[in-house]
Amino acid sequence: MSIVEDRHRLSDGLAVFGTVPVIVTGMTWLTESVEPAMKFHGSLLALGGLLFAFFVLTNGKSLATTTSGYVDGPIKVATVAAIFWGIAGFLIGDILAWQMALPQLNLDLPWTNFGRLRPLHTSAVIFAFGGNVLLATSFYVVQRTCHARLAGRWAPWFVIWGYQLFILLAGTGYLLGITQGKEYAEPEWYADLWLTIVWVTYLLVFLGTLAKRREPHIYVANWFYLAFIVTVAMLHLVNNAAVPVSWTGSKSYIVYSGVQDAMTQWWYGHNAVGFFLTAGFLGIMYYFIPKRVERPVYSYRLSIVHFWTLIFLYIWAGPHHLHYTALPDWAQTLGMTFSIMLWMPSWGGMINGLMTLAGAWDKLRTDPVVRLLVVSVAFYGMATFEGPVMSIKAVNSLSHYTDWGIGHVHSGALGWVAMVSFGAIYCLVPWLWNRPGLYSMKLVEWHFWTATIGILLYITAMWVSGITQGLMWRAYDKLGFLQYSFIETVEAMKPYYVIRAIGGMLFIWGSLIMAYNVWRTVRGDEAVDLAEQPRVAAAPALRLQPAE
Amino acid sequence: MNHDIFEKNSLILLIGILIVVSIGGLVQIAPLFWVDSTIEQVRGMRPYTPLEQAGRDIYVREGCYNCHSQMIRTLRDEVERYGHYSLAAESMYDHPFQWGSKRTGPDLARVGGKYSDQWHADHLTDPRSLVRESIMPGYPWLAAAPLRTDDIKPKLQTLRLVGVPYTDAMIESAERDLKAQINPESRAARELLTRYPKAKIVLFEQRATKEPSEMDALVAYLQILGQMVDFATFDASGPNLR
Amino acid sequence: MFSYETVATFSQVTSLLMFIVMAIGVVVYAMWPKNGPVFDAIQHEALDLDRGSQKPVRPE
Repeated sequence: MSIVEDRHRLSDGLAVFGTVPVIVTGMTWLTESVEPAMKFHGSLLALGGLLFAFFVLTNGKSLATTTSGYVDGPIKVATVAAIFWGIAGFLIGDILAWQMALPQLNLDLPWTNFGRLRPLHTSAVIFAFGGNVLLATSFYVVQRTCHARLAGRWAPWFVIWGYQLFILLAGTGYLLGITQGKEYAEPEWYADLWLTIVWVTYLLVFLGTLAKRREPHIYVANWFYLAFIVTVAMLHLVNNAAVPVSWTGSKSYIVYSGVQDAMTQWWYGHNAVGFFLTAGFLGIMYYFIPKRVERPVYSYRLSIVHFWTLIFLYIWAGPHHLHYTALPDWAQTLGMTFSIMLWMPSWGGMINGLMTLAGAWDKLRTDPVVRLLVVSVAFYGMATFEGPVMSIKAVNSLSHYTDWGIGHVHSGALGWVAMVSFGAIYCLVPWLWNRPGLYSMKLVEWHFWTATIGILLYITAMWVSGITQGLMWRAYDKLGFLQYSFIETVEAMKPYYVIRAIGGMLFIWGSLIMAYNVWRTVRGDEAVDLAEQPRVAAAPALRLQPAE
Repeated sequence: MNHDIFEKNSLILLIGILIVVSIGGLVQIAPLFWVDSTIEQVRGMRPYTPLEQAGRDIYVREGCYNCHSQMIRTLRDEVERYGHYSLAAESMYDHPFQWGSKRTGPDLARVGGKYSDQWHADHLTDPRSLVRESIMPGYPWLAAAPLRTDDIKPKLQTLRLVGVPYTDAMIESAERDLKAQINPESRAARELLTRYPKAKIVLFEQRATKEPSEMDALVAYLQILGQMVDFATFDASGPNLR
Repeated sequence: MFSYETVATFSQVTSLLMFIVMAIGVVVYAMWPKNGPVFDAIQHEALDLDRGSQKPVRPE
């Protein structure tokens, strides 16, 4: 017993000691930097270190006792964080949508103009919302499918809190004008370094848990999570290679330039989609759909073929973002070919997810959580068909640079990523907080419909505006001159921008309904429609045994 | 033969994943650094002047790339609308590249020289005063914000470290060159032009002091876009195959 | 150093070969008869499908 206690004391000591370099670095920036924004970030870093040390010193005792035997505390934090950042990210997105319809809303202030808010929106929804969903679900899934506790005593907590600090550094940085200027990789060098530390710890916790497993085999959902974690690490390190101008300043210069930087960036950018927003969320699909409908995956063999072909093909697809540019043709052709081939494994995965319901299709009607999960897979199928089509050079010549791209991204991001996340959150909350079910299934129903209608408004508006824009740019009049000036094509977009913004509002409304439902569930309020909820909605310990 | 090796050993799974996801990047990215024809042979490319580079940093800071591309594709309508298609050589000193992915506003790869400095200053301050239907945000604070000058030398040094051919003289005189580009007919401005051919002296009315503002820098950057390469001597066939 | 044609050919051939090798390998692995029962077992175990509740966590 005392050996265990000694080991705990040692890891507590190491965790507290580990905050010292963080606090020192933060204090150094606070005192030495000439930039106010960097001083602010120094203080954030130092405060983060202090709070974590305080957290370690005050929570050591309570860690030992968890009712389920699993480490669920960090998962709970990540789940709540996902909902918070999700709503924040959707809200900023809708503000941007309204700014495009009514430019006066930019307020002509540095901190509120489109150019600084747009990275805040993309990072908030991808990395803050999506990232926390992935952290929460991967920590949940890896423990349950391995029947082993998370590796490390403080490491999982460091991953969760360290990640929130990264989000704060990145997000406040954008508003203050700190950016690398590479899409979806905007955080500057010091935030990138911090994320690297957090991410390597994440990888080690995940691998450590796999190594402790009770099962002889690793379930396929974990393959997807592992590919997501390790590939994102590789992409992040390569794409963000930069030299800071000063160790106490925010500005750095990327080591690549021009065409090489463009290729590296879209290798990163497309695989942020492929591995962050696809592989990771497929891990969610492969656990939560079978678990929720209480049937095994339609074809486990297909899931293996799906996995390897998907990760191999995705990594080549980046150059389809650079068709007809100064990128050499051979790279463009490769990118197009692999993007088209990517259709196959994507639909293999979709079929596998959908067909898991075979024989249980009635659950689509009776369980709105199943419906969220299944509709997300349908949107995944739609977006992964549209993607290969848009990667064909002839189509791309029309669609690129227009709103069609924005629409495509959102049918993936809202339809697939967000909907599958909502489904997973609705599963997780009662399971984690040990409740017999959700507060209200009716509210899930409302969330489903408002979100779905919102998405449909969004993507149809962007299809029309994108194709219109593309056609207007290349329209010629009878005399062989370009028919429209650029500003005429901007004017023509206005009605679609308004429709899109309204679609976005509906989507936010749905997520607010979710936040309310989750809050009532966590608080422990008696469910209003428990009788209508499936057995699996309850926490494992509260589920009735199946009929003998 | 052990066929469940991937499930049994998480490290082998990890290595398998790493190998499979590395191939694509290696084959697509690495040759771009080694193949000569990737970047065309052109005349006229030079590093940005200190003021242009400072302006570029502001362009990046304000996220202009979110709405403006700097990459004219090899398509008829784009060449007619914006000018000669963009060459890889034209962004060879761009850290980071700013080709962009969306044209909410027009492409800016060749915006240099199309409008006057005054037009740019007015347009950036209040876009709708010049283009009624524009949805661009206004940037009125730029003209009022003094440009930081103490960091230009380390910036140029860092850029040299990542491959931009700034000479010792360019780095030594960085701060002087930065200020010279808003002072026409000064000796410093003449010196600037010998170091950086085709550099334009920025001239517009709102300037409050003799010191450069962030607006000066941004306008200097916009005015050099697409202006460096000498297309009279550029041969699109032959060695410039891509 | 390398010509455009060399790189174009090299990249196309490499990528195609790699893909064929990997695809064949993964299909063989997935269809290998001995692996069938293994795959069936892991799904039920990992998802706790045959139990009302969860299998207990592995003791430390």
